[in-house]
This record gives sequence, structure tokens and C-alpha cells, in this order.
Amino acid sequence: MRRAALALAIIALVTLPYWIGGSYYINIASQILIWAVFALGLNVLVGYGGLVSLGHAGLFGTAGYAAAWLVAAGVGQLASGVGAIGLTVLMSALFAVLALRATGIGFLMITLALGQILWGIAYRWISLTNGDNGINVSARPMPLGLSLATPSAFYIATLMVFGLAVAAMASFVASPFGACLRGTRDQARRMTALGYDVWLIRFLAFLFSGFWTGIAGLLFCYYDQFVSPHLLTLSSSAEVLLMVISGGSGTLLGPIAGATLVVAMKTVASAYIERWNLVLGAIFVAIIMLMPEGLVPGSQRLWRWARRGRDLAAAATSR
Amino acid sequence: MSQWVVLAVNSFSFGGLLFLLSAGFSLIFGLMRIPNLTHGSLFMLGAYIGVTGLRLGLDFWSAALLSGLAMAALGGVIERFLLRRLQGQELPQVLMTLGLSFIIADLCLMEWTGDPISVSTPGALRGVVPLLGFVFPIYRLAIVLIAVVIAAALWLMLDWTRLGAMIRAGVDDAPIARVMGVPVSRLFTTVFCLGAGLAGFAGMLGAPILSVYPGLDAEMLPLALIVVILGGSGSLLGALVGSFVVGVLYNFGPALFPELAYVVLFLPMLLVLVLRPQGLFGRQSL
Repeated sequence: MRRAALALAIIALVTLPYWIGGSYYINIASQILIWAVFALGLNVLVGYGGLVSLGHAGLFGTAGYAAAWLVAAGVGQLASGVGAIGLTVLMSALFAVLALRATGIGFLMITLALGQILWGIAYRWISLTNGDNGINVSARPMPLGLSLATPSAFYIATLMVFGLAVAAMASFVASPFGACLRGTRDQARRMTALGYDVWLIRFLAFLFSGFWTGIAGLLFCYYDQFVSPHLLTLSSSAEVLLMVISGGSGTLLGPIAGATLVVAMKTVASAYIERWNLVLGAIFVAIIMLMPEGLVPGSQRLWRWARRGRDLAAAATSR
Repeated sequence: MSQWVVLAVNSFSFGGLLFLLSAGFSLIFGLMRIPNLTHGSLFMLGAYIGVTGLRLGLDFWSAALLSGLAMAALGGVIERFLLRRLQGQELPQVLMTLGLSFIIADLCLMEWTGDPISVSTPGALRGVVPLLGFVFPIYRLAIVLIAVVIAAALWLMLDWTRLGAMIRAGVDDAPIARVMGVPVSRLFTTVFCLGAGLAGFAGMLGAPILSVYPGLDAEMLPLALIVVILGGSGSLLGALVGSFVVGVLYNFGPALFPELAYVVLFLPMLLVLVLRPQGLFGRQSL
């Protein structure tokens, strides 16, 4: 049953360019996948580590800007991609060293401040970042000589990266390291007593999260072929956090569902109204008030509850 | 030379504004343990409401008072009806304030459009005073004076009144204060109203200097955050010192290192975080 559903989902995703109709929708699907990779990366910290970061847009943007600079400087596509990811992981290490001095609200405030610094650099350090005008990326890379210029080719490439991200997350969750991270979330003191280095576990988790955030940033930079300070704003950080929380943090499917929901809402909302931030804020508030555990666990709970109700009703009538 | 004096005056007046904004932020953080991410929005909304008050024919000070009262009322509603429902769950509370800040920002954009609105300085305080061979704009000096008076009033309130004693008890240890019969939940509402009111008042007070524009909230919120991290949460003295430090950095930074203005602003905060995580005047760690 589970396997069949998985196979169906894979077939549907791979053949999506053929049935969805129109490059506009293919591009939206690519966006959803990119944001899903980003949300999966953030979910490592938020869901499994219990560390809520509001500065991840800074890391996302770091990857984008780094790739744009390196490409503009004439470095080859592969080298600039690797360089951008390397730089993002380094930046994540810096973030982690500073932010992991605290947990909980303190962690959130420090990451927020760090994210704002990076935004400030992107916005104000004009000789380096071209300020509000952003940087254009002349061409998408051509891995193995294949062109990614068309929406469907780019979609397939993004889908492959997305698949890798999901596989990486699944094995991470199942690994002893994933179990350690969940342990530090639930019982940090007990983990210390058991001899685990809680700080190191969190630090490595931050790097892992930063790595996938960087991958997502890189994909987005290739997708848009343009980077601007807008990528690094607090509202980007909030958006991706909303994806994680609305879908269900600490689950594998949650961030993917959240990314689908938020990108779809954003696309639909911006077609009809200009007020995306209003909608974003309203969903945020509604989710926190009504379904704090997120859509995926929330609907599972509703499903179980409905099934139990039906079973009880069946038992009552059979008696 | 005179350029530096101008910068210094601007630093202090901006520091004064920042104190009005972050004193409430710091008290809320100290008492409720959450950074109120709507604080920048309350500052901006206060300024916009003051602008509407001016357009309706109020004079500047009544408009500023109106901003303060309106924001205090809004703060009370937010605390009583939204945050109260999530009592004890700090993270959802922070995310709630974040969601509200987006809603407020977008509603402001809808009502007052995206064009910056400049507010003229109140008549009696226009012009400059000559002093020691320099000229100082009166309005900026007045802001410093108002901030100092409010700081003194807050200090008197916190240190010498029953309410202040209860707030201090709540900041130090809310559960024990509750056990001792301090109505901590009611204090939350009071402090939230007070902080929100001060933020709204500060928004209008700052309008002649900063003008009012979309994005003012996102500009001010990180500054309040830095002030509280520098000074320590729940500490009035910390908020005062932190505000003036950030005021100086905010004005001298761009003049000295135009492209690294934000780095200059956040660097001291990082240093404090690394060397003294509870803040310069804080007693508890974050």
C-alpha cells in the first residue's frame, strides 16, 4: 500500500511535464521542489533539533550570491556551484558557532540578527552585491552537456536533486546521528549525562541543514537566473519556516506538503490580490492557533479520529 | 568638525527614540520571555495613526498621544486574546507575533500606500539653538529630553511602586511570583500595553526625523533586538545604555563605513553574545 503510493507519486512527478500542461505550471512545480528542498533543510534544525532558525534565508541567499559572483568572475559552472555550496557550509558553521550559544528563543533571536546582517550586506554593500539591482546569472549550467534552458529540462534536474534530498533526509532520520539529534531535542541534559557532546551534534546538524539550504539556494539562483537582496529578507525566512511548521515539523512529508501549500497559495494569491504578506501572516496565525502540529500530523490525527469514530459506530450497530 | 557634532546629536536623539521603543520590548522580553516581533510594526502603525490624527486636525502632541493610546489598546488586545491562548508555549507565541507583524505591515501598505509620508516638526520646536559655537536642532534635543524623562518615570515606577515591584518579581522568577500571589497574567497585559503604547508614541515622535514609510518596522525591529541583547532583557538601565550605543553606531557607522553599516551595527552584539551572553546588564542568560 505504502510502496504503491510511493511508486505512483514518483511516476506522477517524473511525468509531470507531460500532463500538467504549459510551461507556466512546470515552472511552478520547479519552484515547489526548490522550496521543498529548502524546507527539508530547515526541518533538520526545527523539527529534529528543536532549534528554530529565522536566519536561513541568509544562507539561502549566500549560496545564490556566491554562485552568481563566481559565474560572473568567469569560474566554470561546476567549480562555482561547488564553491557556492562550500561557502554556504562555511557560513552555516559561523552561524552555528554564534547561534548555538543559546537554544530556544535566544537561538531564534541570534539567527534572526545574523540573517539581517547578511541581508544588510546584500542590500548596502553595493560594490560587492550591486545592491537592490541584484546580479544576473547569464546562463544555467549544462551538466554532462545537457541543456537546462527549457522549463521541463530544468524541472527534471530539480526533481533529481529533490529526490536526493528526500533520500538524504530519510537516511538521516533513520541513522544513529538522527536519533542523537532527536535526543538532544527532547532530553538535552540526559544526552549529556550519557556522554554525548550535545553541542557537537547540534553543530553538525546545523551544517547538514546549511548544506541543503545552500543546494536550494543554488537551484533557485539557476531557476531565476537572478539574485537580489529580496531572497534574504526576514519574510523569506518566515516563509520557509511557515512551510515547515504548516506541513508538520519533524516529519519527512510535512515540509514538502508545506512548500506545496505555501507556493501554491502564493501563486494563486498573487494572481488575484497583491496582498501576499497579509495572507502569509493570516495563515501563520491560523495554523498556530488551530493546528499547531502542522497539516500532515494534524490530518493524520483527524483521519485516525474519523476512523475510530467509524469503527465505534460499526461496533455499536453490530452489537 | 561640525559634521561630527551633527552626527553626535543625531546619535543621541535616535538613541532616545530607540530607548522608547526598546524599553517596552525589553520589559516584555524580561517578563514574558518572548521577543515581541510586532514591536517594529507597532512603532510604524503608531506613526501612521499619528499622521492620520494630524490630517484630522489634531496638533502634533495630541496626535502622538493618540498613537500611544491606540497602540496600547492594540497591544492589550493582542496579548489578551491571542498570546494568552498560547500561554506557556513561547515558540508559538513568537511565531504568532511574527505573523501579526506581516498582517500589520500589509494593512498599513493598503491604508497609507507605499509613498513615504513626511511629518513636519511641531511649530514650537522648529529651529536651532546656538551653543558653544555649534547649532543644535531643538526638536532633536527635545526627543532626548523626553526619553530621559520617560526613562526616569519608568525607573521610579519599577523601583518605587507596588506595580514595579510585582513586575520585577515577575522578571526574576514568574512561577514563584505567581505562587506568592502576584497576578502575573494581569502583569503580562499591563506590561504589553505599556510597551506597545511607548512604541506607538515613539513612532510618532520619530516621524519628523525618520518620516513614515513601509519597511520602517523591519528597520526598527532588529535595532530593538540588538538593544535588548546588548543591554540584557528586562533591564531598564541596559535598554538605556544599549539604545545610546546603538544610536551612535547607527549614525556613525554609515558615515565611517558606508557599505558595512549593518556589520558595524551587529558586531558589538555578536561580541556581547560571545563574551557575556546574558547582556551587559542582564542577570539571566537568554
